[in-house]
Amino acid sequence: MNSTATTKIPTTEIEIIIEPKSRWLHIDWRSVVERRDLLFLLVRRDFVVKYKQTVLGPAWFIIQPLLMTLIFTVIFGNVAKIPTDGLPTVLFYLCGLLGWSYFAQVLSTSGATFTTNADLFTKIYFPRIIVPLAVAISNLFAFAIQLVTFIAFFAYFYFFTAAGETMTLSWSMLLLPFLILHIAVLALGVGFWLSSLTAKYRDFQMLQQFLIQIWMYATPIIWPLSQVPEAWRWAMALNPMAAVIESFKLILLGSGTVTLPFYAFSLFVSLAIFISGLMLFQRTERNFVDTV
Amino acid sequence: MSKPIIEVENVSKVYRLGQVGATSFRDELERYFLERKMRKTARAAALRGEPHPDTTNDPKEYWALSDVSFKVMPGEVIGVIGKNGAGKSTLLKILSRITEPTSGRITMRGSFASLLEVGTGFHPELTGRENVYLNGAILGMDRREVGKKFDEIVAFSGIDRHIDTPVKRYSTGMRVRLGFAVAAHMEPDILIVDEVLAVGDFDFQKKCLGKMQDVAGQGRTVFFVSHNMASIQQLCPRAILLMKGQVVADGPSKDVIQGYLGDMQEKAVDAFRADNPHRSGSGDLIFTGARLLDENHMQTNDVMAGNSISIEFDYENSGNVQDPSFVFTTYNSDGVPVTSINNGLQAFSLKDLGSSGQIRCRIPRCPLPPGRYRIAVSLHSDSRKTDHISNALFFDVSSSCFYKTSNTPHDGFCCVMLDHSWELDPKPGVKGVVNSNHTGIR
Repeated sequence: MNSTATTKIPTTEIEIIIEPKSRWLHIDWRSVVERRDLLFLLVRRDFVVKYKQTVLGPAWFIIQPLLMTLIFTVIFGNVAKIPTDGLPTVLFYLCGLLGWSYFAQVLSTSGATFTTNADLFTKIYFPRIIVPLAVAISNLFAFAIQLVTFIAFFAYFYFFTAAGETMTLSWSMLLLPFLILHIAVLALGVGFWLSSLTAKYRDFQMLQQFLIQIWMYATPIIWPLSQVPEAWRWAMALNPMAAVIESFKLILLGSGTVTLPFYAFSLFVSLAIFISGLMLFQRTERNFVDTV
Repeated sequence: MSKPIIEVENVSKVYRLGQVGATSFRDELERYFLERKMRKTARAAALRGEPHPDTTNDPKEYWALSDVSFKVMPGEVIGVIGKNGAGKSTLLKILSRITEPTSGRITMRGSFASLLEVGTGFHPELTGRENVYLNGAILGMDRREVGKKFDEIVAFSGIDRHIDTPVKRYSTGMRVRLGFAVAAHMEPDILIVDEVLAVGDFDFQKKCLGKMQDVAGQGRTVFFVSHNMASIQQLCPRAILLMKGQVVADGPSKDVIQGYLGDMQEKAVDAFRADNPHRSGSGDLIFTGARLLDENHMQTNDVMAGNSISIEFDYENSGNVQDPSFVFTTYNSDGVPVTSINNGLQAFSLKDLGSSGQIRCRIPRCPLPPGRYRIAVSLHSDSRKTDHISNALFFDVSSSCFYKTSNTPHDGFCCVMLDHSWELDPKPGVKGVVNSNHTGIR
């Protein structure tokens, strides 16, 4: 055991300085990189633990959106008869939910970063941002499973139904990873805000569920953006998810109402939320322990 | 000469008292600007070399640490002592980077790991194996490092048979073992340790203490926080004494601890002054001092349950009182009278008191569970009170050897420990009765 002692002693190049920080944005990116193993293990933990003690396990990743799609198809498609831009209703809802469920999952989990990890955060230091980052990454697995489900349905409609003749495959599908990154940035941004506010005022924990629900109906998931009168479409730009979900539909199903300025504005809003959220988050992480 | 590995310069920390959630946004803003101002003035004062301006006189403010400075050289093993509320845990949290100081600066030259709890971040659904990796990563080890030491860690914990069982099926003892095993295999330059050794059973505690000494022996710097003077003296050559958020002594731990106990004694002397508000009586026969003696008749304020202790009182008899009755009552920190002893119980006569002297009462095996105690004492002569002091003596019971396991009963259910023995008479023919494993490990 003593042999290991001599190997690691002279590491005095490391210098850690602890002092009150008054800068607005100070994230210790170097130690985030150093602690990548922790990031990896937290991702793994989140994924493994989620469906422990369930019979169906990761199958829930498929079942959840399918059930939602079923409900939407019956209520909004058949009863309320909301148009779907001429697309098969199942595909239309499935596509919208694909992006949305990733967003909602990352948002709701990262929004509780400080409250759910209080025990951990009061005992040990590591860059706190690793926790929401792990959430954003671990939810990608669920997204991947849902994407496969979507592709299966897409293939069915494409090859075996009449609707398939109007559907096209386009190279723009390759933009999908960029859209996912956009969702992650936005969800983390809002998550940073919520988690910081929740750390101080638990009221925001209650509000969070409503926020997500209202936000979903305010986003073109069960209705197409083309239903909104042209004169009012600019208002939809204030909801950055609108442009993202419409882009999902445009590149996957070939039918969506989105223009480049519209999307660019959405991206701008998302980045603004992300950066301001990050600032708030890092201010909270420094002293939040004193308030729990 | 090498540079200090830890350099703490003028560190202060202010807490705000009162309900946090009840603040309005206006309060928050006010607070923000106030804090900025405070930081500036503190910094300016530090630059001018003035003492810290910790007298903002705001009753809502609480200075957990004010103007703390010290240096630690590489390889030093240093202990921090102080009463509850002296700022020990605040200092620990700031050094561990869990919270920020309000002002001041700390420089650490080397990798550090802090151990405020064992098994931090254990997830009950994951197996022991998975948790070893996760806990290692949380403590700052990388996967390869944990992988290399994995067998060693499992062997140290002694739970190799259950390593692939979810941790939720572990007993508390097993969880602690596994957690400590991971922590004990870290190799940081600086190790910051809280009183985590206070958990686990006796044998395991000894093993951990040994491992800690190994770490110290390897030339690492260890920063150990405890209110257990005995373990500080055993582990740390140097100690720092904190009182009300300030460093009041820094030096060889033996001197620091002696100084600390001496100071306590001074405070206890105040109880025997005439203007003590907690004192009453006619004054014919009065107490002039009191102290606690350990088994070697040395004065102490910190005893181990199960050892012999004596309580000694000095008296002066100015009114020539004959045959008084003498009683002292021991209260625990909840203010509950735990026991009361008077000279009548054993028909001990106090006839010949003289003009002054000492009364001593010996308790062969102190049955008090760990905690803080207060002794109130009074003298009566013909049912007239001559002297009563309700804060005559304070002492701590910090550990116990009352039972051979060193275990103590659960806090909430125990004011005093009883001697006892067990018997078991299993009926013949009944299956699976006997299991005398007293360590409580499932």
